[in-house]
Amino acid sequence: MADYDVLVVGAGLAGMRAALAAQERGAKVAVLSKVHPVRSHSNAAQGGINAALTDRGDDWQDHGYETVKGSDYLGDQDAIEVLAQEAGREIIALEHMGVIFSRGEDGRLGTRRFGGQQRARTFFVSDFTGQAMLHVMFEQVLRAGVEVLDEWFVTSLVVEEGRCAGVVAIELRTGKLHLLRAKAVIIATGGLGRVFEPSTNGLICTGDGMSLAYRAGVPLMDMEMVQYHPTTLKGNGLLMTEAARGEGAYLLNSKGERFMERYAPTMKELASRDVVSRAEQTEINEGRGVDGCVFLDCRHLGKKFILERLHQVYEEGKAFANVDITEQPIPIRPGMHYQMGGIKTDVDGRCWDMKKRWRGVPGLFAAGEAACVSLHGGNRLGANSLLDTVVFGRRAGHCAAEYASQEPLKTVSQARLAHEEERIHALLSRNSSGDSVAKIRLEMGQSMNEHLAVFRNQEGMETALRKVRELRQRYDRVGVRDRGRIFNMGLVFALELGAMLDCAEAITVGALERKESRGAHFRTDMPERDDEHWLKHVLVYHTLEGPPRIDTLPVTITRWQPQKRVY
Amino acid sequence: MQVKLKVRRYNPEAENPVAYQQEFTAEVEAYSSVLDALMYLREYVDDSLAVRCSCRGAICGSCGVRINGQATLACKTKVVSVAPHGETITVEPMGNMPVLKDLVTDMKPFWDKVRQVTPWLQPEGLEPEGEYVVPPESMTHLNGVMGCIMCGVCVSDCTALEVDSNFIGPAALAKAYRFAADPRDGESQERLRALNEYGGIWDCTRCMECVEVCPKGVAPMDRIMALREKAMAAGFTNTYGARHAEAFSDSVKEGGRLDETMLAIRTIGFFNVPKLLSMAPVALRALVHRKLPMPSPFHAPIPDVHQVQRIFGRLEKKL
Repeated sequence: MADYDVLVVGAGLAGMRAALAAQERGAKVAVLSKVHPVRSHSNAAQGGINAALTDRGDDWQDHGYETVKGSDYLGDQDAIEVLAQEAGREIIALEHMGVIFSRGEDGRLGTRRFGGQQRARTFFVSDFTGQAMLHVMFEQVLRAGVEVLDEWFVTSLVVEEGRCAGVVAIELRTGKLHLLRAKAVIIATGGLGRVFEPSTNGLICTGDGMSLAYRAGVPLMDMEMVQYHPTTLKGNGLLMTEAARGEGAYLLNSKGERFMERYAPTMKELASRDVVSRAEQTEINEGRGVDGCVFLDCRHLGKKFILERLHQVYEEGKAFANVDITEQPIPIRPGMHYQMGGIKTDVDGRCWDMKKRWRGVPGLFAAGEAACVSLHGGNRLGANSLLDTVVFGRRAGHCAAEYASQEPLKTVSQARLAHEEERIHALLSRNSSGDSVAKIRLEMGQSMNEHLAVFRNQEGMETALRKVRELRQRYDRVGVRDRGRIFNMGLVFALELGAMLDCAEAITVGALERKESRGAHFRTDMPERDDEHWLKHVLVYHTLEGPPRIDTLPVTITRWQPQKRVY
Repeated sequence: MQVKLKVRRYNPEAENPVAYQQEFTAEVEAYSSVLDALMYLREYVDDSLAVRCSCRGAICGSCGVRINGQATLACKTKVVSVAPHGETITVEPMGNMPVLKDLVTDMKPFWDKVRQVTPWLQPEGLEPEGEYVVPPESMTHLNGVMGCIMCGVCVSDCTALEVDSNFIGPAALAKAYRFAADPRDGESQERLRALNEYGGIWDCTRCMECVEVCPKGVAPMDRIMALREKAMAAGFTNTYGARHAEAFSDSVKEGGRLDETMLAIRTIGFFNVPKLLSMAPVALRALVHRKLPMPSPFHAPIPDVHQVQRIFGRLEKKL
């Protein structure tokens, strides 16, 4: 049994930033992840990170307003103010850590344009900004000597007397189950892309942390807000960065028209992602696509420019779509990309409410895509997710360290561990029903992608919910063929599927609850935004028996009153 | 379409834990990668098949394996490119590291070596209030080496590591270059000094294998060569490696060709008698096998040696 002040689950950008922040405040910290930190999905963020730097004439209020507008007024404005105000110093901190941000001619940080914003305020490293940041953050973890438990998988959170007291986790290399006690636990496990098929997300994005918190008693908020990215590859759903459009690429339909001129006359290709994805899907549905796709045209940007600033997508096009983007438009379509919703937290990452308006678990924190502060509301702006990870990772780390300094370690009975042992053992010794984890996952993913995509309606969402509940029953009988302990990935997939089914149900239930269209949640049967009734968050609580319990929470509005959203 | 695979399996928990080959057939699409094929096997045939993977897009660096004998990322290798006529594809774990289970290797030695190069920026003096102001091309230049995803593919197929596990290896040395070439780093002199030690930059045999296999175009060997140049320019000339390089170029400059005997003697040093004597058996064996020309005190220059010297003159002016 190991004891920590702060245990961080997930070692992407948010997790490592949180661990560094907690350690900086004197806490005994470990960061645990089911993969090695540099394998985390933060890697896949391509285009950049937003910040309004005042010394170059930008204003955080403009960044704040555009984030609020992007969120379709569902983002909590107190949190968005924090994000926009703290962005500048976080960019400089990252630069000092060693991130090789692209420069302007004067040797100072350069910017590019991104969607939903009038001004170029996206800092970047070619088109692999996430990777360049993640590897530097790992360098800092090595420098600081933070303990890293890589290839460990958390099976449950330990809650004692209503407070989080640690986790039970499998060390994948040995297959041994461990009880890790901690005064504070931070969940930074990222997104849940694999709930959908296809998705831009890596195979590890399975919503584990969301499910852990949900089952421990924390509500999941705004789970219906699932972002479909406008430019993903057809075959495997891989991402083509928004930076391509930020740098001037066009979207064309089968007639060669720049169709965004009709949907967003001012911002065109750089309207917010929900708007662009809906426009593309409309073009496709009305017969102006080719093979279920429209085209991203980069040719006029020139080969030299593409190779320097869009190198990764150039390589990706060649390797995965057999298209040279310097010479041909590349077929793309909207694809599931990001979960705006997640574990409900306050602006310091706490998964409980100091004012008791919602129920949570003291001692538990969350940050990054796994969390919902809420910054992104109904639709996240491109290049705000990297910013989210570092700003709110740091804040959660600081707050968790402070919390831990005033909290004793709780006594945890060994029965907790024995109970988990038994659950895992039962799963491993269960005879297979003939069904398989992969089949259930695929059916879930396809159903979600059919009914909870860019356009939704009551009937489709009900079909998806019935499907998810049927799959849950099948899941309870599924077996694992690998009976070993060492690197039993079959076991891990089975546990991940359990988490994904929790998330799928929360998404569907949340989507059915919201009787309007807002941001990424567009209902063809209720196409208008309804501020009178639905300018509020949807909270989904896990219940031991029966369907999830639903609650709502008002949106925090500080300075930007809801307006009609036009791009 | 169907694809045949021969996968190297190893289960440490088996009664008799030895590695063996297992043949499979996977159902894939025409555009599928070898990783897709392995995923199919894991999902529908045998969930005990262990392989690391995540992003599917050559970004996370998890799925380094050997395909048909050469290390690569399984996600970046198209089935049709390695088996255009339905050949059986051989998949094995990466080399130069212990195998934990099936295709999963122990990356600990890899990370230990990365740690060895002090892999974080060590800026000089006080931090500026804003960002460091540096030439834009100095950062763009680092894009190439920051593109490294630490997949281990270069380490797997490194021929120097195969014979000397003390060698820091291509990935960690490329990482070292990333700092040595960063204008914000204040410790490049100390970094270069440390890299001259045994196991460092001079132990690369320049076989090009790492450049060949790297899935991200990082070209680790080129970084190692750049580090050698930097080290010599920084005054670290009194090493076997540096003396070897100097003797090599002097020999060609003086005579238009390589004088192997003198090369060895100058590399080791005229006055390092014990070491020179210890080399004698090697030299004799090389002579017998005609790997070395008969030593001649009169190593005559080639005709037109002035042409070679003209090239040297131009190069030196350029530098």
